[in-house]
Amino acid sequence: MSEDKNKFVKKVAASEYKYGFTTDIETDVIPKGLSEDVIRMISERKGEPEWLLEFRLKAYRHWLTLEMPDWAHLNIPPIDFQDISYYAAPVKKDGPKSLDDVDPELIKTFNKLGIPLEEQMALSGMAVDAVMDSVSVKTTFKENLMEKGIIFCSISEAVREHPDLVRKYLGSVVSYTDNFYAALNSAVFTDGSFVYIPKGVKCPMELSTYFRINAAETGQFERTLIVADDDSYVSYLEGCTAPMRDTNQLHAAIVEIYVHDRAEVKYSTVQNWYPGDKDGKGGIYNFVTKRGMCKGVSSKLSWTQVETGSAITWKYPSCVLAGDNSVGEFYSVAVTNNYQQADTGTKMIHLGKNTRSTIISKGISAGKSQNSYRGLVRVAEKADNVRNYSQCDSLLLGDKCGAHTFPYMDIHNDTAVVEHEATTSKISEDQIFYCNQRGISTEDAIGLIVNGYAKEVLNKLPMEFAVEAQKLLQVSLEGSVG
Amino acid sequence: MSLNSEKQYIDLYQEARDLICRHSAPVINSLRDKAFADFCRIGFPGKKLEKYKYTDIKSCFAPDYGLNLNRVPMQVDPYKTFKCDVPNISTSLFFVLNDIFYVPEKKTGNMPDGVLMMSLKEAAELHPELVEKYYGKLASTENDGINAFNTAFVQDGVFLYVPDNVVLEKPIQLINIMNAKMDMMANRRILVVLGKNAQAKMLICDHAELGAKYLSTQVAEIYAGENSVFDYYELEETGSNNVRICNTYVEQSASSNVLVNGVTLTNGLTRNHVNVVLNGENAEIALNGIATVDKNQHIDNNTNIEHRYSRCTSNELFKYVLDDEAVGAFAGRVKVCQDAQKTVSQQTNKNLCLTRESHMYTQPQLEIYADDVKCSHGATVGQLDENAVFYMQQRGLSKKEAMTLLMFAFVNEVVDSIRMEPLKDRLHMLVEKRFRGELSKCSSCAKCK
Repeated sequence: MSEDKNKFVKKVAASEYKYGFTTDIETDVIPKGLSEDVIRMISERKGEPEWLLEFRLKAYRHWLTLEMPDWAHLNIPPIDFQDISYYAAPVKKDGPKSLDDVDPELIKTFNKLGIPLEEQMALSGMAVDAVMDSVSVKTTFKENLMEKGIIFCSISEAVREHPDLVRKYLGSVVSYTDNFYAALNSAVFTDGSFVYIPKGVKCPMELSTYFRINAAETGQFERTLIVADDDSYVSYLEGCTAPMRDTNQLHAAIVEIYVHDRAEVKYSTVQNWYPGDKDGKGGIYNFVTKRGMCKGVSSKLSWTQVETGSAITWKYPSCVLAGDNSVGEFYSVAVTNNYQQADTGTKMIHLGKNTRSTIISKGISAGKSQNSYRGLVRVAEKADNVRNYSQCDSLLLGDKCGAHTFPYMDIHNDTAVVEHEATTSKISEDQIFYCNQRGISTEDAIGLIVNGYAKEVLNKLPMEFAVEAQKLLQVSLEGSVG
Repeated sequence: MSLNSEKQYIDLYQEARDLICRHSAPVINSLRDKAFADFCRIGFPGKKLEKYKYTDIKSCFAPDYGLNLNRVPMQVDPYKTFKCDVPNISTSLFFVLNDIFYVPEKKTGNMPDGVLMMSLKEAAELHPELVEKYYGKLASTENDGINAFNTAFVQDGVFLYVPDNVVLEKPIQLINIMNAKMDMMANRRILVVLGKNAQAKMLICDHAELGAKYLSTQVAEIYAGENSVFDYYELEETGSNNVRICNTYVEQSASSNVLVNGVTLTNGLTRNHVNVVLNGENAEIALNGIATVDKNQHIDNNTNIEHRYSRCTSNELFKYVLDDEAVGAFAGRVKVCQDAQKTVSQQTNKNLCLTRESHMYTQPQLEIYADDVKCSHGATVGQLDENAVFYMQQRGLSKKEAMTLLMFAFVNEVVDSIRMEPLKDRLHMLVEKRFRGELSKCSSCAKCK
């Protein structure tokens, strides 16, 4: 068996990151560095109104007073924030009117990623707001959505077309004072998606955005804002791949979700950014603030994430359950290999009565990676009859990796029922032997067992994503047999 | 005020350093200045520190407490006054009054040859090389303000030494009594050294007389030699006038078996930190605790178990019952180092909140760097099962009786892990009394009549 192991290790060591390529398109990059002038320049280039510039400057001034957080179980090399260019936009000539007008190079990139726009339009019925670097290039199915009154566009467009909505909700869930990276994002965010679902509307299709970091050494500061009005429903997908780079790239996004009475939002992520090579060189830093506000009664927010990429992940999609009877869910699979580090989890803040939350987190660590779950369940004094169930399992592949669990439970109400369970284990030799006996190679057996282990979460993903996620799991873990 | 918490002690130390040293032993004094320098550097731990997140230690030290630096002995014979022993077991009984080890007039208990059970100060004078080898080695003053403070101010404590291959049949019972006319602070130290194949049991009871306010810091260092067995029980029955801050460090050699059981029946504010290092193969630790708190009592148990070698086992079980406006906190961390393969570790924390105003914080943490391990942890916060209460009511029990029975059953799981039958029975009774609101009315105790 050990010979087998070595073979796999060598094979994977030789395998290259599948999505590592760069596209040569003219990009409009502003000089490196961060200052009030840079922020004014970004704001000016995007033609933003005065209030937004003020918002950015306020956030920037606050950011200057903050220090990089160091409480996570991560080893983050110092980041020089002056050595990053804060704005990169593919050069547009009057903007594409149809698919033919889109830069063919760009289309090729998407094709390589396996998301041909036309095919997706035709076959999967998905509306794709493809974000390449920072400016939305092409939005599909927009007209169809418009008919129902659904707004799905880039956030810069939303600032121009629907300023009242953006102004009302921007920063209402994640304030610029929230944390270091949230302040940075609020100051320099360049683009992202905006979704508004009007009252009583069920969004007929899955909304999807593909993020891709393209221009070298440009941080990407996405800002996503989703507002679901009373009795509405939307399922939103976010998938990420990034080309191969040597220097680490910073990604500090904010996702804000505002859920009104009886509305439901489902937010799914498959994150597969470049994790660095087998020696831990390069890779994306993924420092993301994601939070949903279940303001309305009986509202529901569900986070599902499959995290396989990034050199360092710092991410805690959270739910503030303010409305009575609201429901928060968090399903996560986090895979780390080689020198990857992940500190991820969720926060469930129960403020309303009869609120419920479920947390299912599955960590898989291999190679020399460190994988941590960090979560908070807080039950406020006035939140009666709260129910929470958390389960955090870790699977270790190899004896040089680490799996950690840091759950926090702050209970201030006697009617709450809160449970937390966690286990850590490795794939047993018996299981592998059983598969071997039946003619399944050790590597396939690992894939089989890992997929079974993560099934509970993968099942929560929309169909298209589930297939991709399953493949990703296999690719990420190839050769990490422990 | 809180800003100056440290200052009053820094001034005091500078003024009274010679006095403190004169009433202590050279071995204990040898660490004092370094500890004081560390204390000046780090101060009392604030709430910003992750380890001390749930208890505001700084403000505990803000009031003006008296310290008995002159070591004026108390004018009572505790053997006559206090009889709060556990019935049906003959224990070797010792007392610590405030922070002074009470030297009995006649020798109590027949200790086997070589066993030392005495005042730490006396031990440091009689056996300096032995005490020096172990004193202050586990409780580092570098980055813990409480250790630094205690090491700088401590003058005496308890020393237990069990040589190789000696089995101490009779449990040792140590009663800490806080008793003073004015507000009083006590800084105690416990040092336990067990040789190879040695066995011992130690029961520590904490009492505080009514009247004045008390604050005690206690730093315990326990070394369990190869293949030794040690049981360490701590039972706190103090009052709302008492603050107890206690750090316990355990280092276990190969194949040793240690049980640490902390019971908090009544208290004021309590913060217990237990740090266990499994420093040899096949070592086993059971770390259990019960807290039954009400009114505005505060209990914070913070534990850390480090598995350094393979094939070690750790079991952790903490149960809390919180009533009225009580605050409970539990933070348990289990770290499994890279070489600690075949580790088995289980951690459970279950809590009952009986009122809306009671608060519970729990933080069960796992940090695992080895792959061939079986580790699990679980935590729950909830209430009594309504169906169970209803079932009992149907059968003619009053609601109160039904709830008492259920709570009793809830904490019994921990009591049952005690490896001393008479103490188990005694605790069954004490816990039940506690839930019936009749605690500390032990029939045989003169103190609480």
